[in-house]
Amino acid sequence: MIPFTYARAENAADAVRLGAADGVKYLGGGTNLVDLLRESIERPTTLVDVTGLSSAIEERDAGLLIGAAARNTAVAEHRLVRTRYPVLSRAISSGASAQIRNMATVGGNLLQRTRCPYFYDADGFRCNKRNPGEGCDAVDGSNRTHAILGASSACVAVHPSDLGVALAALDADVHLHGTTGNRTVPLTELHRLPGDRPDVETVLEPGELITAIELPAPPPATRSAYRKVRDRASYAFALVSVAAVLGVEDGRVTAARIALGGVAPKPWRARTAEAALLGGPATEQAFRAAAEAELADAKPLRDNGFKVELAARTITAVLGRLAREQA
Amino acid sequence: MADSADAIRINGTAVEPPGDPRVSLLDLLRERLELHGAKKGCDQGACGACTVLADGERIVSCLALAVQYTGREVVTIEGLTGEDGPHPLQRAFVEHDGFQCGYCTPGQICSAVGMAAELERGVPSYVTDDLAAERIAPGRDEVRERMSGNLCRCGAHNGIVAAITETYGTEAR
Repeated sequence: MIPFTYARAENAADAVRLGAADGVKYLGGGTNLVDLLRESIERPTTLVDVTGLSSAIEERDAGLLIGAAARNTAVAEHRLVRTRYPVLSRAISSGASAQIRNMATVGGNLLQRTRCPYFYDADGFRCNKRNPGEGCDAVDGSNRTHAILGASSACVAVHPSDLGVALAALDADVHLHGTTGNRTVPLTELHRLPGDRPDVETVLEPGELITAIELPAPPPATRSAYRKVRDRASYAFALVSVAAVLGVEDGRVTAARIALGGVAPKPWRARTAEAALLGGPATEQAFRAAAEAELADAKPLRDNGFKVELAARTITAVLGRLAREQA
Repeated sequence: MADSADAIRINGTAVEPPGDPRVSLLDLLRERLELHGAKKGCDQGACGACTVLADGERIVSCLALAVQYTGREVVTIEGLTGEDGPHPLQRAFVEHDGFQCGYCTPGQICSAVGMAAELERGVPSYVTDDLAAERIAPGRDEVRERMSGNLCRCGAHNGIVAAITETYGTEAR
C-alpha cells in the first residue's frame, strides 16, 4: 500500500472541495477500496472519508431518499424498505457477509470495482481497466464468471453489486454533487458500458460525489423479488441475479421492471423483456419468451455460455412466482 | 491517553488512532495493543476471523482503516469476557465442541454476538421468509445464512450453530 493522507469531510461541499485535487479517492466503508489499496491497484495520494455525510433514510414525496453514507444493513432493515421495496432489502441481504454489509455504504456499493480475477492480478495479467490499452486477458481466458451482455472486446468484466440491480429495477435516481453543482442521473445511466474505455466506469465527473439515492413510489399493485444464483448458498457473487417488479391483473401483465446482475458490466435493465411482457398474458410461456428476447443479443464467451440458459430460467422462475402471488 | 472524541475506545480503554492512516483496525489491535484474539486469516474480508464489534455491530477489522473508528466503541473477544468469567456464548462453544483448533473462534463468537443484536431488531437475512417481521427467531437456516461470513476450516460449523441456537434460541429465553 503506497502512503496516502486521510481527511474527513464534514459535508458534501467540503468533500467536493477536498476531492477536486488529483489523486483523491472518496472513502466509504472501505470494504472494496482498502483491499484494492493493499493490492496497489488503487493508488490514491489522499483519501477523503465521506462516511460522515448524510446516511438518513427518509420519505420523499411518495418515495424514499437514502443518504449515500447509509450502511447496507441500515437500508435492508429499514421498515419502509422491507415493506415497500422488498426487492431492495432482499438484494442487499444477498450480498457479501453481514460484517461487510454493516460497513459498506450505498454510494460505495455502487462504485465498487469488478472482481474480475484478471483485474486483481496486476503481476500476472493484462487488464484494460488497470492499464488502459494494454489488452484484456479475460476475453480469451478463464471467463466463466464474466459478461454475456454489454461487454466489448476490451473488457468482459461484470459489475458485482446486488444492491444496484434492485435499484435499477426500482427506477432509482442517483443524486450527485460536484464542483459545478448538483445533478441527478438515473441509476441505469450511472455506469457506462466498457466500449474501448473500460477504465471509465461511470458518468461521474472528476471529484463528483454520490450524495443520495432516490426511489420513486413503487408502482401500485405490484410485487417485487430478488433471486440470486451462485456457486454456493451464501457469501458469493452472483452468476446470475434477477430483480423484478411485476403487476398482474386479470391474468395480464400491467407493470414489469426487470434488472439482471452477474451478466453485464453494469446493473442490466431488461427493457426488451419488459416491452415483450407489458399488456400480455402472465403465463410461464410469455415469461420465458420475454427472457429469450432479452437474451437474444447475448454473446457468451468460452466458459460462460451456461449463463444464457441460467438467466432465462431465473427470469422465468422469478416472474412466475410473482405472478402466482397475485393470482 | 487521547481525549474521547479523537480516541478509539477499545474494550473500554481510550486508544490514540495510528498516525499512519494505512494501519487497519486489525493491525492496531494485534501489533500495537497486543490483543491477539482477532486473527489475520485472509486480510481481505473473506474469512471473518478478524471480526470485532464496533458500537455493537460486527465488522471485519482487516478491511477497517483504524482512523475511521475514532469516537467509536470497539469490543474484541478479550472485552467480551466479564468479571464473572466467560461470556455465555463462550461457554456454549465449549459445551458444543464449536471449535477444534480455535483459530476462527474469537471471530465466530464476536460475529454471533453481533448477529443476536441484528435478530433482536429485525434485520432480515436472505432466507428470512417474512421481511416485515419485527423479530426473527434464530433457527438453524437463519444462523447458517447469517454466519456465512465466518469460515471454519476444521469444519466445526455444526457445533457452532448448536452453540449459537442454544444461547440465543427461543428455548434459551
